[in-house]
Amino acid sequence: MTDTVLEIQNLRKVFKMSQPFFDVIRRRPARNLTAVDGVSLKINRHETMGLVGESGCGKTTLGRCILRLYEPSEGRIFFEGEDITDKSQAEMQTIRRQMQIVFQDPYSSLNPRLTVRQTINEVLRFHAICAPTEEEAYLKKLLDTVGLNYEDANKLPRSFSGGQRQRISLARALAVRPTFLVADEPVSALDVSIQAQILNLLADLRKELSLTMLFVAHELSVVKHISTHVAVMYLGEIVETGTTEDVFENPQHPYTEGLLAALPRPEPIRRRRKPALEGDIPSPLNMPSGCRFHTRCPIAQEVCRLQAPPRRQLTGTHQVLCHLRPTRNWNGPTVGLPNS
Amino acid sequence: MPKEQPSDVVGAVSDALGSQRNAANLLEIIDLTTVFRLPNGRIYANKSVSLAVERGKTLGIVGESGSGKSVLCRSILRLIPSPPGHIAGGEVWFEGQDLLKISSDQMQKIRGTEIAMIFQDPMTSLNPVWRIGDQITEGLRLHNQRSRRQAREIGITLLRQVGIPSPEQRIDEYPHRLSGGMRQRVMIAMAIATQPKLLLADEPTTALDVTIQDQILSLMLELQEQVGMSIILVSHDMGIVAETSDRVAVMYAGRVMEQAPTEAIFHRPMHPYTVGLLLSIPRMEGRAERLIPIEGQPPDLLKLPKGCPFAERCPVATDDCAETPISLRQVEPDHYTACLYPERVMA
Repeated sequence: MTDTVLEIQNLRKVFKMSQPFFDVIRRRPARNLTAVDGVSLKINRHETMGLVGESGCGKTTLGRCILRLYEPSEGRIFFEGEDITDKSQAEMQTIRRQMQIVFQDPYSSLNPRLTVRQTINEVLRFHAICAPTEEEAYLKKLLDTVGLNYEDANKLPRSFSGGQRQRISLARALAVRPTFLVADEPVSALDVSIQAQILNLLADLRKELSLTMLFVAHELSVVKHISTHVAVMYLGEIVETGTTEDVFENPQHPYTEGLLAALPRPEPIRRRRKPALEGDIPSPLNMPSGCRFHTRCPIAQEVCRLQAPPRRQLTGTHQVLCHLRPTRNWNGPTVGLPNS
Repeated sequence: MPKEQPSDVVGAVSDALGSQRNAANLLEIIDLTTVFRLPNGRIYANKSVSLAVERGKTLGIVGESGSGKSVLCRSILRLIPSPPGHIAGGEVWFEGQDLLKISSDQMQKIRGTEIAMIFQDPMTSLNPVWRIGDQITEGLRLHNQRSRRQAREIGITLLRQVGIPSPEQRIDEYPHRLSGGMRQRVMIAMAIATQPKLLLADEPTTALDVTIQDQILSLMLELQEQVGMSIILVSHDMGIVAETSDRVAVMYAGRVMEQAPTEAIFHRPMHPYTVGLLLSIPRMEGRAERLIPIEGQPPDLLKLPKGCPFAERCPVATDDCAETPISLRQVEPDHYTACLYPERVMA
């Protein structure tokens, strides 16, 4: 039996948009933005699930819903076999000793007035991780784990570079000894030379601390490097998921193919080609009918505009949300229609 | 102008050109130094930078944040905010004149007509209270004395040229109605409106999603072929530079560390920093268990050593690296490195 750490079933998150004054007095209905729409996902122990997609696809919202930093509108979240969807925030605090998050921006996610020691101690005391007498030793060990100098513990975040701040964020998240970590674009704000340091650190920590991870990013090469499994998101839906090999070596969804083709490769060959995908990402306030990708899809047909696509199960791990892939008349198993 | 290290750097460029002020080059930068005076000291945002851009070709400038790439673009256009900054020395030859010597009126005529620039953030570089059409044609009406109606016609043509759907309607809209990718297209339309000879593109796709970036890069290269302009493309992304540039300059701490044709930079890098950059990026091909990062932290421009600024992070540095002043040297035809020991890089 596989050991599932996190399972999400049909998760939806709808944000109510603030209404312009004139719409209120005209009694127009409030507009809703569906950021995450019917996402199901399973992450087994020691796996790293990479979640990729472009801005506005809902990947960050999904990450935050898992920790209940946003309240999901529909669907269920199971953590270590337990349904945590309806837990009170007080109960969630206990659960968050096992699940933590690292945010994208190392400049705004640390309190500028707290030293490294204060930042970490706050967590240690709040969650009662160790006796006050052991705090110092614990701090030292923790800073060592993330590659920071113990001598720098009394410094404020402003004396650190972006990469070092991300190490502080990591130390704070790891202070509670979590088993599950959501890393929300942890290296996107960093320079490449520093990005590689943090990616290596994450890989080491994952091994040493037996972490299970959801790694949210928009950079395919980073996701490919760190993940064992990948989910590709577009406009609130997961359009393709599978092992890293499934998705990157045998991409099925035209959007995955487009993302891969659009990526600039560090090979000195001047490009002579049309863009991989035309058009803009539609607004989530004005979702296209049928398959959400049909407005940009190079192989779209009539059916794509009219009907929501089936979620096809290609192998045990590989799923794709498409009418036409692998073939139009494919009659393998499907995983139930989304939104129906 | 005082030349502290005339021999090597100027020599490097001269060699690259065959002779100085080669007709094949649209732009030649020689020993450009830009200094910022900060409360806690002076920093050299650009130090003795020498570069050349050939007509109709693309020069890629790669480097990490703080390496001086954006300052370089602004120095070329003399757009360094002063105080705190000023151009402390050097020459910027463009079409037979040194841009650092001409009057500010003459410079104003060159900006936006002969040399245009597009910026990183299309969200903030358009004026939110001006219609798109007025912004695109401002330059035309200012520099080329076109009438409103003529300018509008040209504006519509330009929007069509940069791939904006239904340009007749879009031209009367305000920037907030457009997506990031569309705004960057408008920026490009503005830049090419006066048919510049040189386009400075400072991280033009960094704020955009990868599929939109792909569209913008294709558009830029397509326009380059149509118009025949030269481009300086500044990026932190080795992939973008590899796919778009004919020649690459690698910058670190305000200096050019290596400069060569793109193929040589990627296949035969001769500077440990370039090698470090190439090794630290995750690749789509194959699967490496670990990346090889550049150790250490980004340089503090206030505390640079006398010699090579990369010395403290360099895996092949010797004791004298931090002490010996560096300058570009030719290591193979048309390939220049600032490393004292390029032979160690090869090993």
